[in-house]
Amino acid sequence: MELVQKALKGNRRAIARLISLAENEEKEAVTALREMFPLTGKAHIVGITGPPGSGKSTMTDKLVKELRKRGKKVAILAVDPASPFTGGAILGDRVRMSDLNLDEGVYIRSLSTRGKLGGLSKATHYAVKILDACGFDYIFIETVGVGQSEVDIIKTADSILVVTVPGLGDDIQAIKAGILEIGDIFIVNKADRDGANRVVIELEMMLGLNAEKDEWDHPILMTVASENKGIIEVVEAVIRHKEYLDKTGLLAERRRERLETEVLELVVQNMTRYVNEKFVKDGSFQEEVDKLVRKENDPYTLVQSILADTVK
Amino acid sequence: MYDKEKLKEIALAKEEWEKGQVAKTLAKFKERKEEFATTSGIPVERLYTPVENQDFDYVRDLGMPGQYPYTRGVQPTMYRGRFWTMRQYAGFATAEDSNKRYRYLLDQGQTGLSVAFDLPTQIGYDSDAEIAQGEIGKVGVAIDSLQDMEVLFDQIPLDKVSTSMTINAPASVLLAMYIAVAEKQGVTVDKLQGTIQNDILKEYAARGTYIYPPGPSMRLITNIFEFCSKNVPNWNTISISGYHIREAGSTAAQEVAFTLADGIAYVDAAIKAGLDVDGFAGRLSFFFNSHNDLLEEVAKFRAARRMWAKIMRERFGAKNPRSWMLRFHTQTGGSTLTAQQPENNIVRVAIQTLAAVLGGTQSLHTNSKDEALALPSEESVRIALRTQQIVAYESGVCDTVDPLAGSYYVESLTNEIEKKAMEYIEKIDTMGGATKAIEQGYIQKEIADSSYAYQKEVEANERIVVGMNKFQVEEKPIEGLLRVDPSVGEAQVKKLKALKESRDNLAVKTKLSTLREAAKTDANLMPFILDAIRVYASEGEVCDVLREIFGEYRPVEIL
Amino acid sequence: MSEKLIRVLVAKPGLDGHDRGAKVIARALRDAGMEVIYSGLRQTPEQIVAAAVQEDVDVVAMSLLSGAHNHLFPKVAKLLAEEGADDVLVMGGGVIPDSDIPFLKENGIAEVFTPGTPTGEVVNYIKNNVR
Repeated sequence: MELVQKALKGNRRAIARLISLAENEEKEAVTALREMFPLTGKAHIVGITGPPGSGKSTMTDKLVKELRKRGKKVAILAVDPASPFTGGAILGDRVRMSDLNLDEGVYIRSLSTRGKLGGLSKATHYAVKILDACGFDYIFIETVGVGQSEVDIIKTADSILVVTVPGLGDDIQAIKAGILEIGDIFIVNKADRDGANRVVIELEMMLGLNAEKDEWDHPILMTVASENKGIIEVVEAVIRHKEYLDKTGLLAERRRERLETEVLELVVQNMTRYVNEKFVKDGSFQEEVDKLVRKENDPYTLVQSILADTVK
Repeated sequence: MYDKEKLKEIALAKEEWEKGQVAKTLAKFKERKEEFATTSGIPVERLYTPVENQDFDYVRDLGMPGQYPYTRGVQPTMYRGRFWTMRQYAGFATAEDSNKRYRYLLDQGQTGLSVAFDLPTQIGYDSDAEIAQGEIGKVGVAIDSLQDMEVLFDQIPLDKVSTSMTINAPASVLLAMYIAVAEKQGVTVDKLQGTIQNDILKEYAARGTYIYPPGPSMRLITNIFEFCSKNVPNWNTISISGYHIREAGSTAAQEVAFTLADGIAYVDAAIKAGLDVDGFAGRLSFFFNSHNDLLEEVAKFRAARRMWAKIMRERFGAKNPRSWMLRFHTQTGGSTLTAQQPENNIVRVAIQTLAAVLGGTQSLHTNSKDEALALPSEESVRIALRTQQIVAYESGVCDTVDPLAGSYYVESLTNEIEKKAMEYIEKIDTMGGATKAIEQGYIQKEIADSSYAYQKEVEANERIVVGMNKFQVEEKPIEGLLRVDPSVGEAQVKKLKALKESRDNLAVKTKLSTLREAAKTDANLMPFILDAIRVYASEGEVCDVLREIFGEYRPVEIL
Repeated sequence: MSEKLIRVLVAKPGLDGHDRGAKVIARALRDAGMEVIYSGLRQTPEQIVAAAVQEDVDVVAMSLLSGAHNHLFPKVAKLLAEEGADDVLVMGGGVIPDSDIPFLKENGIAEVFTPGTPTGEVVNYIKNNVR
């Protein structure tokens, strides 16, 4: 594909177009991904999550600047929720990263959930692959840790950063429990505010309760991202985590698991779509259901015959 | 205050009237709307009587003019003594052009100057900065150095006029230039009268011309408070502004709430910096908007005065009555002007002028009819000034103090505005004050919500804007709008270059590095800035030194 | 399966801090089902174009009240064309005298909206003119 070739050479517009194709689930996206798949697997994927107001975007901005100083190419996927009513969204995370706009080694893309469960994690997944193939060393996925679909997105990262701040009311409770369990590095941002130490202690307690039996130390770091304080330490922790994953073989293991999940999910999605197109759209499915109602057939036999037809 | 028996009598009479006459009329003619409300969402009753003001206590709620809680005005005789200062905000293109406009306005009977700076000046960039291109001299005058400031006030004796400068993030730099011009005119600084806006919090919340983060910005502000209390005693060191909050789309009650919350933050900061409250509070001034809802606006001004008096006396323990007084400038509402049928704007401005005057303003800028289209022309500025003069000299409203006091409706509205605003202030207090609330995007979001709600009402024709969504006519493009010649930018850049070649560059370098070192300590920076300005360091050079030490503010955008 | 949504970059070029109009438009476009990327204040034409390209937007909608539109709007259109993104619909709004509109239209600005324009009009314009 011409677009793929351009993207691989670093053309921003081509990269952007490919991500749009993936987001809109156009057929060409699959063609492109086939072509790009062999080139993936080099980037380190960093998930960054935390409640609204925790300063995630500012944190991302500073971490990226530090990585740029070290000569790394970085892409950022900023994910925001869409309105469940109109599907529209205002994606404002770019604002806090606007001086990265003109850096040739940085690509920023805002994605919305488009009111669909699952749809977003797939689009994000594809976007990560495209950016990985295009040679970005680090790919950041930034999202509010609220909905399940966002937890799913974050789970696809190699290193997961959980950001919180003092004074969010119930402090730790503001972080979704599911996120706490999967976090690799914890950050108490705006640590110049009152109560920062208390948040650290609470986090230590929570993590102690959830302690997994692995060798990673789950560091808790204090930062004031707006003043660039503690940023180098976070970057070092990410690099240390990356090395840990490499050394222990966990990275290879996780990536294998992820491929498994991806394939299984795609199979389910494709079958659902196939069944939809084959039976539901033309009304034949309703006729089959009528038969069930009249007890002329049973659901189990019907499922078998649909499946037999699908995998033929 | 009312006699209990009499109140019962009135309540009974009102009830009978509602059930009888009113019900009968309603059966025949429905009212225009199911529910009436002010722009702040305060429900408006059909009729106000003493029953709606049962708790009214004249001495507690109003007092006498010039006395606590100043609801009726800050001076005992108000406009019977002298009218408010008629002060038209002006400035465009070069210092030469603006100087001409100022002298014209003074000749026309204007009593104070109000300087508008262009955006590069307001954000601390010289005219040769890349980001300044296209903006030089557009929304105000371009000032790069003391040299421009000398031209701006040429033949204007600074001991005779009072000058208001709309300058915030680099307020200390422009104040230093003003002081340096006075020195050259042979005027001693204790004679200087005027105001710098110097209100950074509303820049973060609503107006956008910030430079540094909140911490160092608050320091610059308290430095000015301290410097002026010792050296420029007649200078208003800040103009805490609700104007732009309202322009950004807030309601009247939000305007009062967020402005006073900002005011509280400044007083807190100054006290924390070790200043005595009565040493600086008397030089705090305010700046409000005046919109079309005449009586709500009057109530807003009265409520703001009463609230600030209580805040200063009760919350901060200020002892000097001057510290309790909320003195304010008003500008008519720019966002109420329409690009359609611009002549109608003259009428809007007249209503808003009346609101400001009935609300007891200390000074007033009236907008020109063509401001929704471009910079105002000389003719439209004159009409705007004449509007003030007509209200002053012909309307009769200035002949007695606070003429609307005691109106059942106005007193009730005054209470309602105070109640709503106080709720906001309490909420902001729990968030840790205005600075924190702004950093979290709370105030911005409240304003944006009101602004969007208003827009939707207009588009649904639930709110009528004459000439815009009703009573439209086919219109021809307007001729004769004032345009700033694009060559202004080039001329300004050339002038700056020549200055940099002719000045004592060694002195500039020395003064700037002294300033840099001082910025790293907690010294008062005013004297250092003044020293750099006197040797013709440019505004951009001074601001860049501070950017190096303080960093730049990154906005919170919550949509 | 997922339907194609219109993506819009709402941008504030130059130094003007009046963002009431930009924010109202951003919300109105969101409510009309579009994905809106908001640039924030004080963006240079280069920054706006970089964001537009990276975000693969269909529309760039700029708002400016400072009078610098003749300088800044055409520059954005020109830089977009240089990036090969001349299919992006570029629009402007704000305090813009009628007499400037022909110049702007000749220089790549598809439409100019002046004060008092209902947001519905902007929404319809975008829906009718994107691709």
